[in-house]
Amino acid sequence: MSAAFNFNAATLTRTITVSLFTGLLASTAQASISDNEIRIGYLDDMSGPYSDLAGPGGLEAMRMAIEDVGGKIGQHKIELFSADHKNNADLGANISRQWIDQRNVDLIAGLNSSAVAIAVTRLVEEKHRFAIVSTAAAATLTNEYCTPNHLHYVYDTYSVSNGAAKAIVASGGDTWYMLSADYAFGHAMDAQVSKAVVESGGTIIGKANHPFQTTDFSSYILQAQASGAKIIGLASAGSDLVNAISTAKQFGLMESGQTLASLMVFITDIKAIGLPTAQGTQFVSGWYWDMNDESRAWANRYFERTQRMPTMVQAGMYSSTFQYLKAVEATGSDEPQVVREYMMKTPINDMFTKNGRVRVDGRMVHDMYLAQVKTPEESKGEWDLFKILGTIPADEAFLPLSQSKCKLVNADQKVAGASRP
Amino acid sequence: MNAQSLLAIAQQRGILEQRQLNMLYITLIALGLIAPWIAYPVFLMKLLCFGLFACSFNLLLGYTGLLSFGHAAFLAAGGYSTGYLLSQHPGIGPELAIIGGTAAAALVGALFGALAIRRQGIYFAMITLALAQLLYFLFLKAPFTGGEDGLHGFSRGKLLGFIDLTDNHAMYYFVLAITMLGFALVKRVVYSPFGQILQAIRENEDRATSLGYNVSRYKWLAFVISSGVAGLAGSTKAVVFQLATLSDAHWHMSGEVVLMTLLGGVGPLLGPFVGAGIVVSLQHLLAQSPLGTWGTPILGCIFVLCVLCFRSGVVGSIKLLVKKNFK
Repeated sequence: MSAAFNFNAATLTRTITVSLFTGLLASTAQASISDNEIRIGYLDDMSGPYSDLAGPGGLEAMRMAIEDVGGKIGQHKIELFSADHKNNADLGANISRQWIDQRNVDLIAGLNSSAVAIAVTRLVEEKHRFAIVSTAAAATLTNEYCTPNHLHYVYDTYSVSNGAAKAIVASGGDTWYMLSADYAFGHAMDAQVSKAVVESGGTIIGKANHPFQTTDFSSYILQAQASGAKIIGLASAGSDLVNAISTAKQFGLMESGQTLASLMVFITDIKAIGLPTAQGTQFVSGWYWDMNDESRAWANRYFERTQRMPTMVQAGMYSSTFQYLKAVEATGSDEPQVVREYMMKTPINDMFTKNGRVRVDGRMVHDMYLAQVKTPEESKGEWDLFKILGTIPADEAFLPLSQSKCKLVNADQKVAGASRP
Repeated sequence: MNAQSLLAIAQQRGILEQRQLNMLYITLIALGLIAPWIAYPVFLMKLLCFGLFACSFNLLLGYTGLLSFGHAAFLAAGGYSTGYLLSQHPGIGPELAIIGGTAAAALVGALFGALAIRRQGIYFAMITLALAQLLYFLFLKAPFTGGEDGLHGFSRGKLLGFIDLTDNHAMYYFVLAITMLGFALVKRVVYSPFGQILQAIRENEDRATSLGYNVSRYKWLAFVISSGVAGLAGSTKAVVFQLATLSDAHWHMSGEVVLMTLLGGVGPLLGPFVGAGIVVSLQHLLAQSPLGTWGTPILGCIFVLCVLCFRSGVVGSIKLLVKKNFK
């Protein structure tokens, strides 16, 4: 026994740990990487309606991030595994629980659908693990449902709706007609946009709700057209959005001088609708592949592997994983609080954003962009779909801390947040 | 052979079968007790909850001949009530919350049943589906259910005030006890005179009426018991996963329980458990495999195969095999 101890202690630095005993010794000697491995679980919709915007592409982006840090940190291997939660909170929570209990996962990433994301972030808080939400949009994830154990990285309902409304009103679109999907997501977006439009001096002259998964949008589009509003705001997603935009095109909404402002758009949606139909639509995006040299270089690498251009979510998945691994490397620990603190004090500068920072409520705040879908004449390639009209600065893009209901935000931070524009 | 000796043989055979059945149950209980040391307890708990849920459905379809296509409503009624109780009044403990959830589901069942049993066959199924959809929208819109996000973040609490259920093994044995209790209740109902009348109704409703039984009342009572057991399963599941969401109330869930019961075998009491085991394990395994995208088609193929080749489900077919070869 003592011989084994001496042998292990002596060869600690150069041998691969085999026995449990050596394993324990090694982990105390070299900071605290649990099990000497960094284990990342990617949990998202891999086969359902949202698999295009994150799905298998997001997994590939994470693989790239792991390769870019060299596949390991020090001598600690990085292990990546994935599962399909099918947008079902039960299944998502069950898989996460199993990953935590059986595979001792350190980071859970991806997390589409707010119900799944909330369930999983609650679980990681209880079990002291870490999660980075990239796919789900609900702003509540860093508001009433914030936890000290997760970050919300790419975008949220507040940043895409509030930002779009303010920027569009500022550029002259001051009369709005809102067409929203009749469920929580649509209502939340509608309320947010209406507030932002009124606050920045515009008026809402009409509203309609359409049922989830409507195929015939003609009556709604006719109402919107008859309202005479300059901007028709669309608070819908997925197939609803595609149908609404197609119908608007058929009724010549854009030709009559009205502009569609779609609040939740991914490059894959526009690719599916096609430029002739979608042209002119304005929206807010967290990232676009053709934004700058760095984003282009990364997007081209991604394209070589998947034959598709990345969505903002997939880019965020790469960036968040890369930054997480950098934080683990710098702190020598995969302890959630240690990593989170490091990420909070280190600005994020990479292909995804410049000067992004993680706030106390777990929100990664970064510049958002007002974008417009190009016309077929402007487009020079299959994936040349957007042009960036303007930047929404990080401080304005996200819900200010002064309005936060997050339990991690104390009174001082609220005041500090309010004094900052 | 006279009638008496025939009776004696029949009795002997009955006793033999009873003995074999007891052996089977004892083996299963033993297996249930050691299972969490072999397999992952949370997965086993999910299996047990869905098994109990399918068992409640089987009581209606297998023994009363009622195809309820809205059984998810009771699972969700139990789950949401328990979730609500635990998040608003964490002090009441899991056992009271589960009892509350079960009672709420039984109450919903009493209401739904009173309306639905007035019609038969496809109309009955459609009414249960419609009522379940109504409840789905209630859960979607009501202020206390958290809408699409569902209810989250309540703790499992302490059983009887001192057994900490955050430990997966403790939770497992609690769930096992509940499942056995629910199963025992269903078994007791099926083999009671009341259960015999239910089966008589299933075989020939008019004849049961002509014998003087108030058929509607029997059907209604069976419906209430079944929804109560489904609510028990839903409540337990809510405590295990610490969440209650719309996926429990969605009609997909009503379809899934039909699938579980048909796969396992309509009728035999253990059938639904086997069916739930197959469906839940497949979903679980496929979610984490590269074949994930093919989950639904694979399940569909298994279902088609089952319907074509083993009409009486897995347990039903095994029963037939045993009967043919060993007797």
